[in-house]
This record gives sequence, structure tokens and C-alpha cells, in this order.
Amino acid sequence: MSSHTENITHSGHEIGHGDVSAEGTHGHGGHDDHHDDNVAHGTMSDYVKGFVLSIILTAIPFWLVMGDVFDNTNTTALVIMGFAVVQIVVHMVYFLHMNFKSEGGWNMLALIFTIVIVVITLAGSIWVMYHLNANMMPAMMHDMKNMP
Amino acid sequence: MSNTTALTHPGDVDAPDNLRFYVPEEHHPQNGTLLGFWLYLMSDCLIFAALFAVYGVIGRNYAAGPSGADLFDLKLVAINTAFLLFSSITYGFAMLEMNKNRVNTTLVWLGITGLFGLAFLGLEMYEFYHLIHEGATPQRSGFLSAFFILVGTHGLHVTFGVIWLVTLMVQVKQRGLIGENKRRLMCLSMFWHFLDVVWIGVFTFVYLMGVLA
Amino acid sequence: MFENLDLTKLIFGRLSWEAIPYHEPILLVTFAAVVLGGLVLVGALTYFRVWGYLWREWFTSIDHKKIGVMYMILGIIMLLRGFADALMMRAQQAMAFGDNAGFLPPHHYDQVFTAHGVIMIFFVAMPLVTGLMNYIVPLQIGARDVAFPFLNNFSFWMTTSGAVLVMASLFVGEFAKTGWLAYPPLSGILHSPDVGVDYYIWSLQIAGVGTLLSGINLLVTIVKMRAPGMGLMKMPIFTWTSLCTNVLIVAAFPILTAVLALLSLDRYIGTNFFTNDFGGNAMMYVNLIWIWGHPEVYILILPAFGVFSEIVSTFSSKRLFGYASMVYATIVITVLSYLVWLHHFFTMGSGASVNSFFGITTMIISIPTGAKIFNWLFTMYRGRIRFEVPMLWTVGFMFTFVIGGMTGVMLAIPPADFVLHNSLFLIAHFHNVIIGGVLFGMMAGINYWFPKAFGYKLDAFWGKCSFWFWQIGFWVAFGPVYILGFMGVTRRVSHFEDPSLQIWFQIAAFGAVLIALGIASFLIQLVVSFMRRDQLRDHTGDPWNGRTLEWSTSSPPPSYNFAFTPQIHDGDAWYQMKQRGYERPLKGFLPIHMPKNTSAGIIIAGISTVLGFGLIWHMWALAVVAFIVLIGVSIGHTFNYKRDFYIPADEVTRVEGERTSLLAKHV
Repeated sequence: MSSHTENITHSGHEIGHGDVSAEGTHGHGGHDDHHDDNVAHGTMSDYVKGFVLSIILTAIPFWLVMGDVFDNTNTTALVIMGFAVVQIVVHMVYFLHMNFKSEGGWNMLALIFTIVIVVITLAGSIWVMYHLNANMMPAMMHDMKNMP
Repeated sequence: MSNTTALTHPGDVDAPDNLRFYVPEEHHPQNGTLLGFWLYLMSDCLIFAALFAVYGVIGRNYAAGPSGADLFDLKLVAINTAFLLFSSITYGFAMLEMNKNRVNTTLVWLGITGLFGLAFLGLEMYEFYHLIHEGATPQRSGFLSAFFILVGTHGLHVTFGVIWLVTLMVQVKQRGLIGENKRRLMCLSMFWHFLDVVWIGVFTFVYLMGVLA
Repeated sequence: MFENLDLTKLIFGRLSWEAIPYHEPILLVTFAAVVLGGLVLVGALTYFRVWGYLWREWFTSIDHKKIGVMYMILGIIMLLRGFADALMMRAQQAMAFGDNAGFLPPHHYDQVFTAHGVIMIFFVAMPLVTGLMNYIVPLQIGARDVAFPFLNNFSFWMTTSGAVLVMASLFVGEFAKTGWLAYPPLSGILHSPDVGVDYYIWSLQIAGVGTLLSGINLLVTIVKMRAPGMGLMKMPIFTWTSLCTNVLIVAAFPILTAVLALLSLDRYIGTNFFTNDFGGNAMMYVNLIWIWGHPEVYILILPAFGVFSEIVSTFSSKRLFGYASMVYATIVITVLSYLVWLHHFFTMGSGASVNSFFGITTMIISIPTGAKIFNWLFTMYRGRIRFEVPMLWTVGFMFTFVIGGMTGVMLAIPPADFVLHNSLFLIAHFHNVIIGGVLFGMMAGINYWFPKAFGYKLDAFWGKCSFWFWQIGFWVAFGPVYILGFMGVTRRVSHFEDPSLQIWFQIAAFGAVLIALGIASFLIQLVVSFMRRDQLRDHTGDPWNGRTLEWSTSSPPPSYNFAFTPQIHDGDAWYQMKQRGYERPLKGFLPIHMPKNTSAGIIIAGISTVLGFGLIWHMWALAVVAFIVLIGVSIGHTFNYKRDFYIPADEVTRVEGERTSLLAKHV
């Protein structure tokens, strides 16, 4: 049995194959379309690599904070944010099998667009709210020492 | 990025006229479930983005109450992070078994994933109970409201994930690893890993930076 | 714990007989009329024994065409309710000067303008736009249905569920008094302790689920189900605008969901997201909700732009000018719509640097729209223009919307906005673009595609009446509103002291009456067209000499849309097919794979309505039970794997044969 996941394709409806026997693993009900949809799948080595990398990328930030390693908390903050970004990429590549080809590139496009909107939402909100707070609620400002 | 199996080309001398403008065989468009679910996950990302934005804005409004440094137990968070990470790899193993069409081993790894998920939820509920017991309720301050909604929404997603996992285990047991079930398992896989991605954001921005502040 | 349990409270929450508005004569009369009308309708349906037909053919249908029609019907019904609110406001403002308090006390007036906005945006414009995209897009791309037909049915019923809750608020309890965006702290539990804001929250959350799923559905449909050969740059322009619209839906609605959830937490369990104390920040609500709100208005207008592009091309008998630039303009608008949101609250105090940035981006976003106008004009130039009713609406749009857009650019200048924000100038501006753009677009689309959906054209005379009443009525209604805005009159005010303003309000009220005649003409148009349908019949399937694939099917199309999937070679595919002497295949039909109908959609949406009602009235027992049933039914539904069937080849042959004879008889 090949290690490729066959994406069994049918018309774009949610088609059930309930009338096929329960132990059938290729219950196509007659359609044997095996278009390769560029469905991403992982290998054992991918998962293990991702896992090990994630453990390292998690352990270090925890150590940096719990061990009070840097004097400057800003440095620590920037470093752990960096590690978070790297670990997210690791997850995307090794666990979610992100690549430029899956679903004809639409997965990647959707991800990039979403990231752009997320960045706009986060950065935009923080920028706007910082100014609003400064102008309209100045008493609150001393609480906001360490806005991420 | 077009889907195409063009049968004939215009000007193709061999193609009879009436074949030029339609496909005479049965035509099945590609299945859209995985893309559709990925798009749903992107929209879920945006819900979390809004919650992170709220946390970013009011996350230091302690209202003279306890702060993250006062409250967070990083050892507990580390253990929970480990639970989630392990559950990701066990789900990965389940997918590898699914690709080999082995129902029973798939179910075993799914079950272990579910147990890790439940362990995560249990520990998180213990953490919440402990915080509330100490007076650090969601109503206490803007910081705590934002904390509970962000971490709580993630926990809610994990809960739905576990329910979905159990349902799928029943369906795989009943009908085997048919195409539809494999598609569903792949969707849950995306969901599960996505929750781990969100957790990276949570433990970094909420817990670690909260202690640093 | 159980000794303190008040069973009545658990079951009925805060619902009591007081919730029914005994003391409001307008509401009582409306209620009586609705009950009477409802009884007549239900009676007639029962008498003619159509319940089974309705259930089988419509309510449980997963056919995108049926669902599209149901969306349109929902939108039109809610238009009547939303417009009734408008008439009431115009009447109140025309009369309430000095000693005359008018007939709507403030707490009632405030509900009217809130309901007007919520209904028009969420339950008129969104359903109309969604309905049109649902009906047309699969046909335009040569597909048999959308990617997820069951979800499509479910999305429709969730939208309806939201509408039902809003309508229920008329007769049981009251609606929000906060304006259509329900800003805190006014919408918080301290200042709006009653059920109104809860009705608002839950109707929008439930409808929002429907909208989000619909967005995902149409996106996957367009990406995955285009006919072979239809590359992205060969798609019809309406499909392109639908693609971008659905991107906006998927990328914007989650923010609304999150924000409303936060507001509901503040109201239900006393969190401090948007409170004035304990570290809340009410300005954050305004910020987040407009991050959703601005893309929302582009969600409304982009499909209208797509409709106009199709109509201009068809009725100028010319290929759309600058197709590629239209596509790029649409994409640019999609991306830029996320960079302008702060222009909705320049005056909240973010300061010069922030305001300047957003003022500039707002002006930039007007440019691609301008490009589109030029493209439409260039398409018309040297075309053989036919002024059928859809083209009238289109020309009306070009004139009306451009002016509305220009007032928008005025508002984009922060210092100007400091004078004009929340004045009637703002109200005139957005009605200008929404009516001139979205509503005119929907009317154009309805007149254009009605023959496709129902097999006969709409009566042209009543169509022209409707158009002219709307066009003139709009300017008579909103021209004065612009003037009042310049004079400094604030929005959402129900009583005035300055008598010099009254004449303008009276003119505006007259304009509203003209628009009412426009709506009446449209309804008459529907009835007259039905009665004259044999004379207005479209036998060919292509009454306007169209250019895109939907016109290659019969009117109405068969359930499977296309007996054979089309093979595409060029843009304006149907036009090219006609040019190249396309002949319909007459034999060799194969069985067609189709999805089955489902009752799960209406049932789950119905349970959601009950859940929403329980949450609104704090009927915790009901809410908990409804929630558990909801989860149970949803999980149960996933155990149904038998969701499809085949239309036999003989059936297809028969249907296609019928069309062949019809075409032969009416050459």
C-alpha cells in the first residue's frame, strides 16, 4: 500500500459512501477518480522533526523567562516572540504540511491573506488604541507599561 | 490556479464540432472539503486575532488587582504545553496509520490524542478554578476578562475538538476508513494542529510576557 | 442550593406578560395585522394543500437556485419592514417641531432607527446580495451546484432565524435603542438592561454563522468548480466580484462574531471589556466593530458592481471594456478595504497622525471605483445600447452613486469630518451610496435575471415606474438631508426646536412617499408580470442576447443546470459559443450525480432560534436544553452518509428533449 493519501474525489458535494461495506477502505461506490489533489501528507520523519524542534523552541522561551536569563525584559520579550514565530512556521510546515502546491496554491494564498489581515488587525488596533488612550484616557496610560 | 482537464482545444482539427463546447463524459469537479475547512480555519484565526487584539489593548489593565506575574504558574503552563504538543504528534501518528488504512491502530492513536486533550482541559479547568477561588475572576479587571476569554476560547475549541474526535472514532469504527471518514480525519487534523499553533501564541503573549511585565 | 431555586425564573427567565406591548397602539395594530395576514396565508396554504410541496421543493431543497430565490424573498419581505421604519422616521421628523412632540416618543423612535439600520443591512442587503450570488455564480461557472449544498440550505435558514428574532422583538419585548452598531457603554448592561440589545446580539450572531458559512461555500465553489478551461481571467466579471466579496465575508465576519461575543459577556457575566471601569475600554469596541464594518459595506457593493458590469456589457452589445483592470480594481478594493476603517470614527480622538493616515487611505480607495466607472462608460461608448429596465437602473446608479462617492471623499478629509460626522450629511452620504449602489444594483439584477429564474420577463412598464419613483424619490428624500447636514443637524434626533428646518424634513418625507410608490410599483410589477407571464414568456433561455453561461440554459434551468459540463475556451463564454455556431447536444446523456434534499438545515436553525430566544430572556432551562439538542442533532446529522443520488439518464434525455421541442416551436 503506498504511503500516499488518496484523495478520493467526487463531485463537489458532501458525498457519503454509506452504502459501501464498513470495512471497505476504498468505498467509491463506483467512481474510481483518483485525481491527485495535491493533498499534503506527512511522513514519520516530518512529524518527529517537527516535534523535536517544537520541544526545543518551547523549552528555550520558558527557560529564558523562568530563569530570568536576560536583564532587559524587552530583550526577553523580543526573543520569545521570535521563537514563537519560528515555532509557528515549524508547525505549519511539519504538522500542517503547508506548501505552495496544496490545493493549487490556494491554501498558501489564503494563509498569506489571513496573516496580512491578522497583522493589520493587531498592529492597527494597538496603534489606534494607543493614540486613543493617550488622547482620551491619559490616566490609564501608566498601567500600560509593556504593551506587546 | 484553474482546474482543468481540457478535452479539446479550439482549432483542434480532430475534435468534432459538437465536442468543443462541452465535456461528453461524466465530469466531477474536485472535492472542496479540505479547502473549505482550511478557509474556515482562517476565519477562526481572525476570531483569535480579535481576541489577541483585545488582550493587547486591555491586557495590562489590572484595575489595582492581580497581574500575570502574580497569578501565572509557568510550570503548569509548561505541562499543558507539553500535553498539547504530545497530542499533536500522536494525531500525526494516527494520520500515518490512516494512510496505511489500519483502522485499529488509527483508533488507538486517536484515543491517545483524546486523552492528552482531556488532560490539557482538565489542567486548564483546575487553573481557572484556582484563579477564581483566589478572587482573580473574569469580572475583576480588564486584564482578567481578556485573559479568560482568550484562553477560554482556545479551551472551548479544544473541547469541541475532543467531542469531534470521539464522534469520528465511533464513525471510523462503524464504517472503516472510507473516503469520507478520511476526509473528516484530515479536517480534524488541521483543526487540531491549528489549535496548537494558537496555543503557541497564547503561552508566549499571555503567560510568558504576562510574567515578564 | 436547590432551596433557592425559583422554578418560574428558571423556566421563564425575565419573560412575563409585561413583554407584550399593550400600551403601544402602533404595535398592537401591527400585531393584529400580522396575525390576521399570517392566518390568511397559513389558511390559504393549507386549503390549497401546498405544505408538502413547500417542504419538499423549497424548504429542504439544497438546490442553489431555490435557495437563491428564498434569500431574495426574505430580503424583499424585510425591505417592507425596514422601509416601514423609514416612513415612520420621516413622518416623525417632518412633524415634531416645537410643541408638537410627534407620535413617536424617544424610546420608541430609538428602536425604530436601530431596527431600520439592522434590518436594512443584515436582513435586506445581505440576503439580496447572497441570494443573487447563490443563484448566478454556479450557473456562470458551468457548475451544477455550490461546493457544499447542505451548508447552503443551512446558511439560508440561519439568516432567516436571525430575521425571525428581530421580528419577534416587535411583539415580545423590545429592540435595541442604541443605533445599528450598538456602541457600549450605551449597549452595556448598565445602560441597556432590557432585552433589546440581547435581541440584537443573538439575531446577528445566528445570522452571522449563516453568512460566514455561505462565504466559505461560494469561495470553494468558485475556486474548485469552474468548468474546464475557465481560468480565473476568463470568469464572468460578476463571478470575480463574488469571489472578492466572499473573501471579504470570510475575513471580516469573524471579527463581528468576536466583538458581539465580548459584548454579550459584558452583559451576561459582568466582564470588563467595554465597561467604563475596572479596566474596560469602550473605544476598543468601536475600533473592532469598524474593522468589520468597513469591509461589510464593500461586501454589499462589490456584487452590485458585478451586476452592473454584466448589464452594461449585455445591453451595450459589447465586451466589457478593460476586463483585466476591472479585476485588478476589485482586488485592490478588497485589500484596501482593510486599511480605511478609522474614517468611521475620526472624531473619537486618535489624533492627527492616525487620522491623516486613514484619511489618505480612504481617498486612495475611491480611485479603483473611479476606474470602474470609466470602464463602464467606455463599454457603453459606441455600443448599441438598449435601454431595457436593467440598463435604466444601471445608468441611474452611475449618476447617483458617483455623487454619493464624492460626498464620501469629502468626509474622508478629517477636518471636514469633524464638522460633518454624525450629522445628517453622513446619513445622506451612506444612503446615497447604499441606495444608489446596492439597492439599484439589486433591482437591476432582479430585472435582468428574473427571466432566467422564472421563465418570463418582468413587465417593463411597471419596471420603469418603479425605477423613476426610486430615482426621483431618492433625490427628493435625501437632497434635503444633505442640506440639513450642512446646516448642522445631528442624526438620530426625533424632535426639533428650529422651525426653519421643517420645510426640508417635509420635502424629505415627500421623497420617502415617492420611494414607497417605487416599492409599490415593484410589487405590482411582480404581480402583473405573473398574470401576463404567457405574453412575457422567455422560450429561448437567452432573452437579452447575453454573453455568459447562465444564458445557455433553459429558463428556468433544469435542476442539474447543465446536461453536460461546458468546456470553456474564452471569456464571455456563451457569446463565443453563439459566434462559433454552438449546437446543443441532443443525445448521449449520462446519469447525473446530485445531492439529496435535507431537513437538517431548517431543524438546526429552528433550534438555534429557540436557543437565541432563551438566551435573550434569560430562560436558562430552555437555553441549556436547546443547546444540548442543537449539539445532539448536529452530531446526529454527521452520521448520515447517504446524501446523494443519481438522476437517471432517461430523465435527463426527457428534460433536454422537452427543451429541444420548445426551442423548435419558438424559433
